[in-house]
Amino acid sequence: MDHILLVSLIVGGAALLSFPLGRYMAWAMDPQSPNRWTTLFCKIGGASDEQDWKRYLVTLLVFNAVMFTVTFAILALQQWLPLNPDGKGALDPTLVFNTAASFTTNTNLQHYSGEVSMSYLSQLAGLMWLQFVSAATGIAALAATARGIAGRASLGNFLIDVQRASFLVLLPVAAVVALLMVFGGMPMTLKGAAEATTLEGAAQTIARGPVAAFLAIKQLGTNGGGFFGPNATHPLENPTFWTNALAMVAIVLIPMACVWMFGRILGRMRHASVIFAVMAVFLLVKITGSVAFESGPTPAFAGLPVSEATGNLEGKELRFGATGGPLWAVLTTATSNGSVGAMHDSLNPLTGLMPMIGMWLNATFGGVGVGMINMFLYIVVAVFVAGMMVGRTPEYLGHRIEAKEVRFAILALFAHAILILGGTALFAGTALGQATVQEAGPHGFSEILYEFSSAAANNGSGFEGLGDGTGAWNIATGIVMLLGRYLPIILPLAIVGSLTAKRRAAESAGTLGVEDATFGTMLALTVVIFGALTFLPAAALGPLAEHFSLP
Amino acid sequence: MSSTSNRSVFSADLVGPALWQSVVKLDPRQLVRNPVMFTTAAVALLATVLFVRTVLVGGDVLFQAQIVFWLWLTVLFGNFAEALAEGRGKAQAAALRSTKAELRGKRVKGDATQEVPASELRKGDVVLVETGDPIPADGEVIEGVASVNEAAITGESAPVIREAGGDRSAVTAGTRVISDWIKVRVTVEPGTGFLDRMIALVEGASRAKTPNEIALTVLLTGLTLIFLIAVGTLPAFAAYAGGTIAVPVLIALFVALIPTTISALLSAIGIAGMDRLIRFNVLAKSGRAVEAAGDIDTLLLDKTGTITLGDRQATEFLPLSGIRDAELMEASRLSSLGDETPEGRSIIALAGRGEATPEGAEVVGFTAQTRVSGLDIGTRRVRKGAVDAVLKLHAFEPAAVRELRALTERIARAGGTPLAVADGERLLGVIHLKDIVKSGIKERFAELRRMGIRTVMITGDNALTAAAIAAEAGVDDFLAEATPEDKLELIRKEQSGGKLVAMCGDGTNDAPALAQSDVGVAMNTGTQAAREAGNMVDLDNNPTKLIEIVGIGKQLLMTRGALTTFSISNDVAKYFAILPAIFVALYPGLGALNVMGLASPESAILSALIFNALIIPLLVPLALRGVAYRPQSAARQLVRNLVLYGAGGLIAPFLGIKLIDLAVSGLGLA
Repeated sequence: MDHILLVSLIVGGAALLSFPLGRYMAWAMDPQSPNRWTTLFCKIGGASDEQDWKRYLVTLLVFNAVMFTVTFAILALQQWLPLNPDGKGALDPTLVFNTAASFTTNTNLQHYSGEVSMSYLSQLAGLMWLQFVSAATGIAALAATARGIAGRASLGNFLIDVQRASFLVLLPVAAVVALLMVFGGMPMTLKGAAEATTLEGAAQTIARGPVAAFLAIKQLGTNGGGFFGPNATHPLENPTFWTNALAMVAIVLIPMACVWMFGRILGRMRHASVIFAVMAVFLLVKITGSVAFESGPTPAFAGLPVSEATGNLEGKELRFGATGGPLWAVLTTATSNGSVGAMHDSLNPLTGLMPMIGMWLNATFGGVGVGMINMFLYIVVAVFVAGMMVGRTPEYLGHRIEAKEVRFAILALFAHAILILGGTALFAGTALGQATVQEAGPHGFSEILYEFSSAAANNGSGFEGLGDGTGAWNIATGIVMLLGRYLPIILPLAIVGSLTAKRRAAESAGTLGVEDATFGTMLALTVVIFGALTFLPAAALGPLAEHFSLP
Repeated sequence: MSSTSNRSVFSADLVGPALWQSVVKLDPRQLVRNPVMFTTAAVALLATVLFVRTVLVGGDVLFQAQIVFWLWLTVLFGNFAEALAEGRGKAQAAALRSTKAELRGKRVKGDATQEVPASELRKGDVVLVETGDPIPADGEVIEGVASVNEAAITGESAPVIREAGGDRSAVTAGTRVISDWIKVRVTVEPGTGFLDRMIALVEGASRAKTPNEIALTVLLTGLTLIFLIAVGTLPAFAAYAGGTIAVPVLIALFVALIPTTISALLSAIGIAGMDRLIRFNVLAKSGRAVEAAGDIDTLLLDKTGTITLGDRQATEFLPLSGIRDAELMEASRLSSLGDETPEGRSIIALAGRGEATPEGAEVVGFTAQTRVSGLDIGTRRVRKGAVDAVLKLHAFEPAAVRELRALTERIARAGGTPLAVADGERLLGVIHLKDIVKSGIKERFAELRRMGIRTVMITGDNALTAAAIAAEAGVDDFLAEATPEDKLELIRKEQSGGKLVAMCGDGTNDAPALAQSDVGVAMNTGTQAAREAGNMVDLDNNPTKLIEIVGIGKQLLMTRGALTTFSISNDVAKYFAILPAIFVALYPGLGALNVMGLASPESAILSALIFNALIIPLLVPLALRGVAYRPQSAARQLVRNLVLYGAGGLIAPFLGIKLIDLAVSGLGLA
C-alpha cells in the first residue's frame, strides 16, 4: 500500500499543482495584451518586433549558440577564473565540449563529478545559468508553437519569451523550491569544502556549496545535472524523505504545466486534457511496471543470506527504499530530467527498461516545453492517419496536414531513432563502446543503449557503470545531444510555419475531433507504434535478454 | 457504359491480364513511383543474389529459396493489385476507343462538305451531322436542332434534344444524331476531347498522385527509413553479443516490418475510388477532385429538381369572399386548358372535371412573356396566371385586390406559389401551387448534418417561399432570389470561412460558380462552358448525386486510412514472430518472447513473411470495394474504424502467422 500512497502523493500532487501553474504560465508567457513585464523585457531585449517562424527560430538558435560559447569559455578557463576556492584545475577539451553541449541542450549529461572537477563559477555561472536559459528556451519554443497552432499571425518574439520564461516562470518557482529545500536541510553556501574530524579521529573533507539553488532549477527545468556526482542519492543533495518527495514533484511539475499552458494558448483545454491523460497513462504504466519489477529480488544477491522481502535494494538510497528509487527513475526519464535517485545500473533488468522507454518516447510529459512539442509531432502523425479514417483530408484544429507537415514530423521521429540506434550500433559494434562497458553481455549493451538514449532525449541521466569519460564518448554524445535538441525544435517550428501559411479549414461534426477518448487512444497507439516499436529489437538485446537470461 | 456491374473482383477475364501486368510492372521505372515497393524489390534482388551465392558455396538452400520466393511474391502481389484495379477500367476504355476509332465527320467548306476522319478536325472547324451520323468531335451546335442518342457516353438510351443557342448546345464526340441535322463548331483539338479524357480516366493512365496520396507516401517512406535503422543496426548489436544474423533473415524482418500492405494497395485504392465514381456515371477530371469531395463542408443544391420535384402541383383553390368554390374551380379549369405545363395539368386534375373544352371557346396558350393562360368564350375572358400578370390585365376592384394580396401572402409564407384567377373584370380567387419536396430528402439532409455537412438551398423564389420550403426539406440555409453572382458570392464567403463547397450546375452562367467551388459537378446536358468549368461531370444529370459523390470521396480516404492503420498495427505481431527467432541463437532466454509458440526460428521467419505477402491479395477486394461507409459523425466513424482495423490489425496477424506456421512446419518446409 505504501507504493500506491507514495506514487499518488507525488504524481497526483504534481498533477494538481500543475493546473494552476499552467494557468499562471499561460499568463506569464502569453499575456492577452502587453503588460509592464512585456515593456520591461522589450527594453532589456532591445527588440520587440513580432517574428515569423523563421526569424523566431534563427533568434533562438543564435541565442543558444551564445549560451554554448559563453559556457564553453568559462569551463575551458575555469582554472584562471575567480570563485574557485578549492583550486579546481583545467578540464579535458572533449569534456568541455560535452559539458557545454550537455547544459546548453538542457540535457545535463555529466561525464564528470561536479564537486571534484568544477569550480563554483563553473557550477553557477556556467552551468546553473544554462539550467535556467536552456529550460526557458524550451518553454519559449512551446509558446511559439502554440501561438502558431492557435492561428496567430506571429509567433511572438523569442528574446521576450525567453525572459518571460526565465524571470516570470522559472526563477520564482525555483526560489520557492530552493527555500523549501534549505528548510529540508540542504546546504546553500559559497564557502569551500568543510573539514571535519570523524569519530575515529580521521580528517575528512566534505564537499558542499550552493546546492539548494542548483538543485531547485535542476529539477524544475528538467535539467538533472547534479551538484554532486551521485546526484540526488548524495545525502547533501537530498537530505530527507520530504526533500525527496519535493524533488520528485519538482521534476514533473513544469512539464505537466506545459501541457496546460499549451491548451490555454490554443484555447483548447479539453484537447490539452486528452494529451495530459495520454501522457499520464504512459507515465503510470511505466511507474507501475518499474515498482512491480523492482519489488522482486535482485540477481546480485542470489545465493546470499539476505532477506529480499523489501525488493531490490542494491544501488538504492536506503532512506527511500525500493519504491522511491524506481519511481524517481521513471519520473526523471519521462521528463528528460536526468537527475537520479537510485543507481539505474543496479535496477532489475525490466525496471531498467522503463526509464529507457521514457527516453525513447520522450513525450510522456517530456522536457520543459519540448516534451509537449515532441508530443505535437506524434499528434501530427496520429491526426494524419486518424483523419483519413474519418474520410477527410486530415486536419488538426482546422490546419490541413499534408505532405510537408508529415515529412517534417516523420523526419524528427526518424532523427530520434537514428541518433539512439545509430550511436548504439557504432559503439556497441566496435571497441569504442565495448571497451568501456562495465560488464559484457546484455547489461553492458544496456549501458551503451542507455547512454545514447539519454543523450538523444536530452535526458542526461546515466546508467552508470559505463566508462563514459573517454574522448569518443564525449564527442559522440555531445553531437547527439545537439542534434537531439535542435532538430525537434526546428522541425516542429517548420511545421507550424507551414500550417500558418495555409487557409484554415472550419471544424464541424465531420472533422476529426481531438477532444475525446477515441483520439486519445489513437494518439497512444501512434506513440507506441511510431515511438516504441522501433526500439523493440534493441530492448530485446538489452534489458529483455538480461531478464530472460536470469537463472 | 453500364452504370453498375456486379462482377466479382477476381473475375477470370480481369485476373489473366492482371497477372501478366504484375510482371510487366516490375520495370524499375514504374516501381519507383512507390518507394516502399521499390525498396522491397531492391532487397528482394539482394536476397536473390545472396541466394545464388548460397547455391554456389552451400548453405540452407531451401530456407533461402523460400525467403526469396515470398519476397518477390510480395512485390508481385502489389503489382497485381494495381493491375487489377486498372483492368476494371481498361475494358470500358477499349469499348470507348473502338467508338472513337471509326468516327468520321463532314467538314463544311463554304457550301460544300467533305468527309474526313475525326482526327483531322481542328478547333474551329464546322461539321454537318445528319440523321444517323455520329458526332465526330466535341463542339457546340451553331445551327439546327436534332435529337441525339448519348448512350455511348451515358448509357442512357433516351435521346436528348440538342439545339443552337441556350444551355443545350453542347455535343460530345461518339454520340449519334437520330433525327434532323445540326451544324457543329468543333471546340477541342484532336486527342483532348471528352471521349479522350474519359478513356484516359478509366484506364488510369493520366493518374497523378493526389496531395493526400503524396503525404501518405511520405509517411510510409519515413516509416520504411525508421525500420531500416531498426533493422540495419542489428548486425552491430549482434556483433556485440558475439554472434551474427544472416542477411536474408534481416531482409525478411525488414520487409515484414515496413508497411508493404498499404503501399501495395495504395494505387489500387485510388484507381478504385475513381472507378466507383465512373460506375456511378460521374466523371471526375482528377483524383484530387474525388478527394476534395470527401472534404466538403457545404453543399449548394438547386431547389428545383434536387430538393423538390421539378414541377409544382396545385393543391388548393382559395376563393375571394363572395365567390363560390365551384365557380373558382371551373374558371381555373377553363383557364388552364391552354396551359400545357405540368402546373397547368395539375390544376385541371385538381378541379376534377376532365379536359372538355366548351363549344366555340378559343384557347389562349401560356407563354413565358405573358405568364397567363386562359380561354375566350365569346366575349368572356377567363384568365389565370402569375399574380402580377393577372392584376395588370384589368383595373380590378381595390377591395378584391387587397383580399387577393392577403391570400397570396399567406400562400407564399407557406412556401407555395399563388396563381390568380380572373373572369373578365372579376377577380375570383387564388390557386395554391405547391412545391413537392422529394420524399426521403429530409432524412438525407439529416444524415449530412450528422456528417458535419451544411446544405444550402439555392432558389429563384422569393425569401418567404424559400424559407418555407427550406424548413420543410430540412436544409440548413437557403439563398433566395439567387442570381449567378449571388451564388458566386456565397461560395466565396463560405470558402473564406475555411469551408469547402460543392455545387452542381448546367448553364453557362453557372460556369464561374462551378469554377470557384471546390467540387463543381456539371450536368452532362449542360453547356460546354459549364462542363469545362466543373471538375466533375454527371452523365445522368441528377443533381441529387452530389450527396453520393461526397460519400465516395470519404470512402476513398477512409479506405486508405483504415488499411494504413491495419498495416502498421500488424508490426506488433510480426516483431513477436521474428525477433525471438533471430535472437534466440544469441540469447537462448529470448525464446520466452515466442509467445505464439512458433515451431522453429526458420518457420517463424517464413510464416511472418508469408503472412505479409498473402495479406495483400486478401485485402484486394477491400481495397477495390472500399471500406464499409455509412453517414455518421467523424467521432463514431473513427471508433468503428479504429476497432475494426486498429485492433483487428493487432490481433489478425497473431492468428494468421500461427496458422501459417502450423502449415509450414507441418509440410516440413522449415
